[in-house]
Amino acid sequence: MSAVSNAGHPGTAVGLAANQWGQGDNPDPLIRHKHGLVGTSVSRIDGPLKVQGKATFAAEFVKEGLTYAALAFSTIAKGRIETLDTSAAEAAPGVVLVMTYKNAPRMKPMPLFMTAEKAAGGDNLPIMQDDRVHWNGQPIALVLAETQEQADFASSLVHATFKAEPSVTNFKEAKRRGTKTGEFGGGPLKLEIGDAEAALTQVPVSIDAQYSTPRHSHNAIEPHAATVAWDGDALLVHDASQAVVHTAWSLSSVFGIDESQVHVTSPYVGGGFGSKTLWQHQVLGAAASKLAGRPVRITLSREGVYRMVGGRSQTEQRVALGADKDGRLKAIIHTGVVAMSHQNALPEPFILATRGAYAADAFKLHVEVAQMDMLANTFMRAPGEAVGTFGLECALDELADKLGIDPVEIRILNEPDKHPTEGKPFSSRNIVEAWRTGAQRFGWAKRNAKPGSVRQGEWLIGMGCATGTYPYYRMPGGAARITLRKDGHARVEIAAHEMGMGTATAHSQVTADRLGLPLDQVTFGYGDSKMPGAVLAGGSQQSASIGAAIVAAQHALFAQLLILAGNASPLAGLRPEEVGGFNGGLVALADLARSESYASIMGRAGRDEIVVQEDAPPPMELQNWSMHSYGAMFCEARVNAVTGETRISRFLGSFDCGRILNAKTAASQFRGGIIMGLGLALMEETQFDERNGRIMNPSLAEYHVPAHMDVPEIDVIWNDIPDPHTPMGAHGIGEIGITGTAAAVANAVFNATGKRVRDLPLTLDKLM
Amino acid sequence: MPITVNGNEAELPHDPRVSLLDLLREDLHLFGAKKGCNQGACGACTVLVDGQRVLSCLTLAVQCEGRHVMTVEGLAGDNGLHPLQKAFIEHDGFQCGFCTPGQICSALGMAAEFDRGVPSVITEDFDDDGVALTPEEIRERMSGNLCRCGAHNGIVAAIAEVHAIQGDRTDSREAAA
Ligand code: FES
Ligand code: FES
Repeated sequence: MSAVSNAGHPGTAVGLAANQWGQGDNPDPLIRHKHGLVGTSVSRIDGPLKVQGKATFAAEFVKEGLTYAALAFSTIAKGRIETLDTSAAEAAPGVVLVMTYKNAPRMKPMPLFMTAEKAAGGDNLPIMQDDRVHWNGQPIALVLAETQEQADFASSLVHATFKAEPSVTNFKEAKRRGTKTGEFGGGPLKLEIGDAEAALTQVPVSIDAQYSTPRHSHNAIEPHAATVAWDGDALLVHDASQAVVHTAWSLSSVFGIDESQVHVTSPYVGGGFGSKTLWQHQVLGAAASKLAGRPVRITLSREGVYRMVGGRSQTEQRVALGADKDGRLKAIIHTGVVAMSHQNALPEPFILATRGAYAADAFKLHVEVAQMDMLANTFMRAPGEAVGTFGLECALDELADKLGIDPVEIRILNEPDKHPTEGKPFSSRNIVEAWRTGAQRFGWAKRNAKPGSVRQGEWLIGMGCATGTYPYYRMPGGAARITLRKDGHARVEIAAHEMGMGTATAHSQVTADRLGLPLDQVTFGYGDSKMPGAVLAGGSQQSASIGAAIVAAQHALFAQLLILAGNASPLAGLRPEEVGGFNGGLVALADLARSESYASIMGRAGRDEIVVQEDAPPPMELQNWSMHSYGAMFCEARVNAVTGETRISRFLGSFDCGRILNAKTAASQFRGGIIMGLGLALMEETQFDERNGRIMNPSLAEYHVPAHMDVPEIDVIWNDIPDPHTPMGAHGIGEIGITGTAAAVANAVFNATGKRVRDLPLTLDKLM
Repeated sequence: MPITVNGNEAELPHDPRVSLLDLLREDLHLFGAKKGCNQGACGACTVLVDGQRVLSCLTLAVQCEGRHVMTVEGLAGDNGLHPLQKAFIEHDGFQCGFCTPGQICSALGMAAEFDRGVPSVITEDFDDDGVALTPEEIRERMSGNLCRCGAHNGIVAAIAEVHAIQGDRTDSREAAA
């Protein structure tokens, strides 16, 4: 270990991190580096472009001879297209092509997400390959025209009749037909430890309640779009993507071409939240482009996004908790049913958080799936945890109320000392500290435990809290290339994504610290399938994946630099582990007097640049440890006693998420998650017509997301305790904010009014 | 009479269905104004027409004959940044940046409305002393601009800061006169 310590010079040179994670006692030396860029509030490096409107999004690539696409959709949930009259559309001004199942090129279905390493498809259906209809809103015709206006008009002239077949679009009916156990991450969503039902009958205090959450839509403000062009057999897609390499591989499979022939770029993404993967629009846009021999821009209308891109499925959850008189949990039951389509494989896994939340003797956790004929549901911010913590954390609040125990204290009381259902040690879990500092800052002690007892005029005021949690993941597939130039400029390239998380900024900071360079000497290239790695921006795992890949490449870089430095260098004889990046060069960690700049090393070796590329090691840390981000969420709600209107007046998130890489962009990530959680709590619902399987509110006017007036000042704090087993000591922060939030709101509303609402969203009719 | 966009004259489209938003984006390749919904629900397409904020997706291009359109690209010169653009960066008033041009144009139009004495639904007393452009007033007046990334706090802080500074300047000019 002494070789990688900073030898009495903290905050100067950063030695190499061991190129393995979670094994032994080898924390990333960057954790101890206190005076660098990591952790500081650097403004986004793409900020100037974005505020000037100069960041180029998918629908903004200019191409010679561009055509515009518009779609027509099915109006039945299941059956066949009986007649399809496209003659009027074809004759309309400006129309280049009308594509239907009759003339579309033959294509393979999209490889369904999670069924292969680089599969990215939201469904696995052969769209426009035959006359079959699989969901209400399925695209049945694509019109290409010289302008968007011409395409939109012509698509309205497509006339279809359908032969409907019996379909299941009613959740009750789907459940009646039988459910099956959901599968997630290669295993069943079912877990039993002890006899929880029996334990529940033997405890002095228990809660047994039903909770429900509706369907949700991501509603990124940028609608899904792609600008597509073929050059012979090579396909170029300017996409809005959180999975560029996955998308390229999947498209190559659809069109039967080599992976290397598909190039997907995605320099900027106008929000994703789980929705910006591969859906039918990229496939159909590419097919139409092939057929017409012209480049295509396909931008889904807002309605089109609702028809073609799935959202979060609905859940019905039973949560039963049994405790002794002191409030210690003996039994935890979390079971229920979710709706899922036939053409996808994500049963909303609402028990994930419950597996590791609290200590108890007996557990019974089970997610059952009822299949429906509908648009494929999919991943949406914190799939599982966002809605699962609503049930669990509301039930715990109900239990605390029944026991007369403070809701914060009951959570601390049931804190496990190891993972309660897996038995693994926690790598870094400091949620109790987050609770204590959060409660202090929020003024939790002022809460009146008696519901309905604080009133100001018409307004009833209450406080509530809940735990948020989301796992640390690092998926295999990370890789990075570093190009170091003689002038001391480093460019990192990795096929990762920037959807507003601050990825490019945070990892420029990390790279600058690791290599001992100023921030303006580092650039971070991303969003291009031709770059190394297959890195998904999902599961809050991108930062860990990038971090591990950069470390791997840095090992190769330092090794090469030392070879080039040779015997004439003050660094002669040193091994890569014995040097650190410092002041534009390498320095001996044990003797800061021994150093040489990158310019000098490369100059003597006659090199203008060094290029290294390495794969990240496999995620061994996940084998050895239970790893999660945590949040203690506090909410103050005001409910109007006359109208039932709920306003959130204060919110605090107190986070335990490892080391924070950029204080400014991290705060925005936390707030963004919480605000989406406020929407989940108070207003969001994708309304599904159970008679015919059609989404009834496919617009931002009818699906309500939080507007400025709904969002108070959101306070966020974090304890910044690094995890010794992860790159940079960091955990993911993209999804944690949406977890626990809805329960904190519902619990605050209960404290304000004495009314317990168990069905989201908490609209005013439920509080009248 | 043509239309003026960021000080440059441009031809009106032949197709009367073309919205101001599509004219800007597809004909003039000014991609700053964004199409988030194309139906007046999100505010991402907000631009200034003769200084007033409008939803360019709900405005036909031909309606703007002879009028002056300002988009986010025209707020500062080629290299510089408008103070509000700088404040958005400083306060992290965006994440993905897709709603941002609309938020910025809307904020400028909103501030001008406020300075003209136009009340909002929550304004209680707009007398000669004026009222402050409080965070609450900003939230109310900016609620037509959605942000799904949740950058609301930073947006409000940026607008409040710039308005307060410019208010100070106006006050000192008045005091000097
Ligand atoms: S695009 Fe104009 S309001 Fe949404
Ligand atoms: S910054 Fe992404 S929608 Fe506002």
